[in-house]
Amino acid sequence: MNKNQLLKFFGYKLVRFVILIIAVAIFSFVLLDLSPIDPVNAYLRQAAVSEAQRQILQEYFGTNVPLTTKIFHWLLDLLQGNLGTSLIYRAPVIDVIFEKASASLVLMAISWILSGVIGFAMGVVAGKNKGSWIDKAVKVYCYAIQSAPSFWVGMLVLMVFAVYLGWFPIGFGVPIGVRSTDATFMEWASRLVLPALTLSLVGLAPIAMYTRNELIQVLSSDYVLFAKSRGEKGWDLVKNHGIRNILLPAVTLQFLSFSELFGGAVLVEQVFSYPGVGQTAVAAGLSSDVPLFLGIVIFSAIFVFVGNLLADLSYYLIDPRIKESEFND
Amino acid sequence: MIKKRQGDDKRQWFLYPANLRTKTLVIIALSAIVIISIFISGYFIKDIPTSFINANKMPSLEHLFGTDWMGRDMLQRTIAGLGLSIMVGFIASVVSTFISIVLGLFSSFNKFADETVAGIIDLFGSIPHILLIILISIMFGGGIMGVVMGVGLTHWTPLARVLRSEVKEIRTKEYIHLSENLGKSKVWIATKHIFPLIVSQIIVGVILMFPHAIMHEAAITFLGFGLPPHEPAIGVILAESMNYLSSGYWWLAFYPGMSLLIVVLLFDLIGENVEKLLNPETAQE
Repeated sequence: MNKNQLLKFFGYKLVRFVILIIAVAIFSFVLLDLSPIDPVNAYLRQAAVSEAQRQILQEYFGTNVPLTTKIFHWLLDLLQGNLGTSLIYRAPVIDVIFEKASASLVLMAISWILSGVIGFAMGVVAGKNKGSWIDKAVKVYCYAIQSAPSFWVGMLVLMVFAVYLGWFPIGFGVPIGVRSTDATFMEWASRLVLPALTLSLVGLAPIAMYTRNELIQVLSSDYVLFAKSRGEKGWDLVKNHGIRNILLPAVTLQFLSFSELFGGAVLVEQVFSYPGVGQTAVAAGLSSDVPLFLGIVIFSAIFVFVGNLLADLSYYLIDPRIKESEFND
Repeated sequence: MIKKRQGDDKRQWFLYPANLRTKTLVIIALSAIVIISIFISGYFIKDIPTSFINANKMPSLEHLFGTDWMGRDMLQRTIAGLGLSIMVGFIASVVSTFISIVLGLFSSFNKFADETVAGIIDLFGSIPHILLIILISIMFGGGIMGVVMGVGLTHWTPLARVLRSEVKEIRTKEYIHLSENLGKSKVWIATKHIFPLIVSQIIVGVILMFPHAIMHEAAITFLGFGLPPHEPAIGVILAESMNYLSSGYWWLAFYPGMSLLIVVLLFDLIGENVEKLLNPETAQE
């Protein structure tokens, strides 16, 4: 792919990105505007105020401004990177998100890599030994874990490793009484293990099933039959003909799973009280912190978009078989 | 030796020889009976007696799933919760199916309509599902209405995507052009020519929507959106059991979650088998 086409590809993606974020911003704003949440009440939290003060606050929050004007202001502020002030943290939303997102991104990155590698390996082993007990075990595991709510898996992990075995602390990003910035690396790491383990256990199922099915398909193809007749066998056969063919789609699939990864993180963070962006989203939603919630929705939309972009890129840049002209239809 | 046994497996099934079609029907019927009985018994469990003498008891023959801190039987609570989940799943599936059919058929009108539908699907796909459900349930002001609508208004995307591509293919058929030339309206073509061809996709889509809806209902109530703590929703039960994890009351969390998993698996089983029956490629195997 030459430079010009690459430029065109990114230009196209950029336009799509801008349109999508504007659409998400308007959509989520309108939904929350339709909700019965009264910004003045959400701000006051049942504090008693006089009617005159209420009037001032209503003026400040612009409760009587028409919807279109509100949307326009919201988009204008968004353009300037001003997402407003969080009601529960009493801090700019963008700062809150940055602070929480770093913890979440570490968690998600670790489990993304782990689930990808382990899931792929499991899929290859199961697909190579189709019909054996390993294959059956992998299949049963994948079916079960895909039907299990991820937060319940998290609770089981918590029960086994933290309560029964007592290897890890139960919840909280850092020990009580320690500021998150002062916590040592080990304190951070020991609280990261279980959530990451849970997310990986849940996340590896789709990739393992996909890899297994693809490998079985490849291994039943004519060129593998030919390779076998040439005398290739065992692991070399799988490596040369199987893995080369299925690795790229598997990577793409893994990039496309960013949305589920984020959703899983929301639930798992809640179970392990991990101070990430998912837990913050739940807290914001439960206590009607509209600015923070909107900010997180937009953050998550960007996150998912990046995943899809990387998936596309992995196709257009890595795969030699895809011809250049296909990307903008 | 092994080969022979496999051959036997294929011929004999359970008590009498049966072909795949019969097997599939039996599996569907059995799963449906289990689910319906859970739903009906869930409906009749209203007041679960509390007895503080029996609080936090391990699972026993008397209380198969153990008891909670108020001495309530967890088996009854779980079944009531599953009944609620199935009901929410049902309403949500109906709402979602309706939306996907309307959007799927609407996409057949012209290119602009098709692009619009694709855009809406993209928009819904660009926000993580759980956040979208929270967003919509907040919009409806929480409560059971918020949960049902949040789950119902967000599960139509996979089915709508399938229907849209299906409709795209059907639209290129000659008889559609013929109808257009004969002056039939777009709505007439959509309902008379296109709809009958996508019915089987819709049926499978609906059944496969169920497990997702149920899981998301559990997730959203677990997070604390919607239902008050005294409702016996599975998510609420699990959220409550979080408080007792460190005390080692494992049965409070283990059994309700396991039951939810089984219900979800049963729905998946029904969906896959119905698909097998309806898909002409596999129906005659």
